[in-house]
Amino acid sequence: MKIIIVGGGNNVYFLTKIFISKGYNVTIINSDKEECVKLARIYNIVTVNGDATKPYILEDAGVAYTDLVIALTSKDQSNLVICQLAEKIFKVSRTFAVVNDPNNVDIFKELGVDTVISTTDIISSLIEQRISIEDIINLIPMEEGKVINLEVEILEDSPVINNKLKDLSMPEDSTIGCIIRNDKPVIPNGDTIILLNDKLIILCLPKVQSNVLKSITGRIE
Amino acid sequence: MTMLNKKKDEYIIIVGCGRLGGSIANLLSKEGKSIVVIDKNESAFTKLSDDFSGFTLEANAIELDTLLRAKIDKADVVVVATDDDNTNIMIAQIAKIIYKVPRVITRLYEPAREEVYKNLNIDTICPTNLSALEFKNIIINNGEKVEK
Repeated sequence: MKIIIVGGGNNVYFLTKIFISKGYNVTIINSDKEECVKLARIYNIVTVNGDATKPYILEDAGVAYTDLVIALTSKDQSNLVICQLAEKIFKVSRTFAVVNDPNNVDIFKELGVDTVISTTDIISSLIEQRISIEDIINLIPMEEGKVINLEVEILEDSPVINNKLKDLSMPEDSTIGCIIRNDKPVIPNGDTIILLNDKLIILCLPKVQSNVLKSITGRIE
Repeated sequence: MTMLNKKKDEYIIIVGCGRLGGSIANLLSKEGKSIVVIDKNESAFTKLSDDFSGFTLEANAIELDTLLRAKIDKADVVVVATDDDNTNIMIAQIAKIIYKVPRVITRLYEPAREEVYKNLNIDTICPTNLSALEFKNIIINNGEKVEK
């Protein structure tokens, strides 16, 4: 898979590292010449120095043969234009834009950007969730928050210890998909018994999230 | 007569009060239009003439809240003339596609970007192209003005 990343800084540095380790072909467009040279040297990849909101710069980066364009610059409007140029002129099938202003998520989608990520939204929702419920180790919203993936640790005061899964009163629209026991994943069935310090990985709809926690931890938020 | 009145009541938002935005605001104000000019720097409004009768709004127009404060949903015309092409493109599309403003006109410095926005029913004015054409006309026709 060929990916173009537009932007700079630590985000781009580490994203590139991950993508290269997965064997993807990464090209970076950056308006800072020194950073381009540095990234090209570190990762041994092609970098293009210039303003990616200009069609010919995207062309230089080989956008016509690219599967995915990720716009990660600090300006929302630039990210919009990069994604639109890639889609409309060069027919790139998937485009990602990162936005700072959460209001722009809906706007960008309406204007044709494939996937829009608001870092502000993600960080604020993560912080909120952590503050309100200490038992949750991990919470991953999926499909723009329509489904939630929760990781909950079973502590001493939990009412479900030593219960079989099938005897739990879990709310509708929720399911326990996996149990992490002593760092090993167990795919449970109805007869699996929940033990102390198990970590349950639960898939549920956001509306039943607090009920799920109530039945697992026995506490009311 | 009613037609004339209706035209006079047109509500126009001008985004960016630079040399271009400011001049348009002054000209349209003289024509009796009701105008709101948005700029993120208050000092930009000094370009407006003394008899400018519209409103000014000091805010960043790339934020949706600003456009809503300017009542973009009620605008008949939106003119986008900030000094950044990408900002212009984004605001023009918000006006046209999301708020269905009947007429949206924007300035684009970079002619290469014009291509994408042709189909969107947004009028673009590219100063580079206009000047190039004018230069060519002067050179080819020895300075005689030609009507298109």
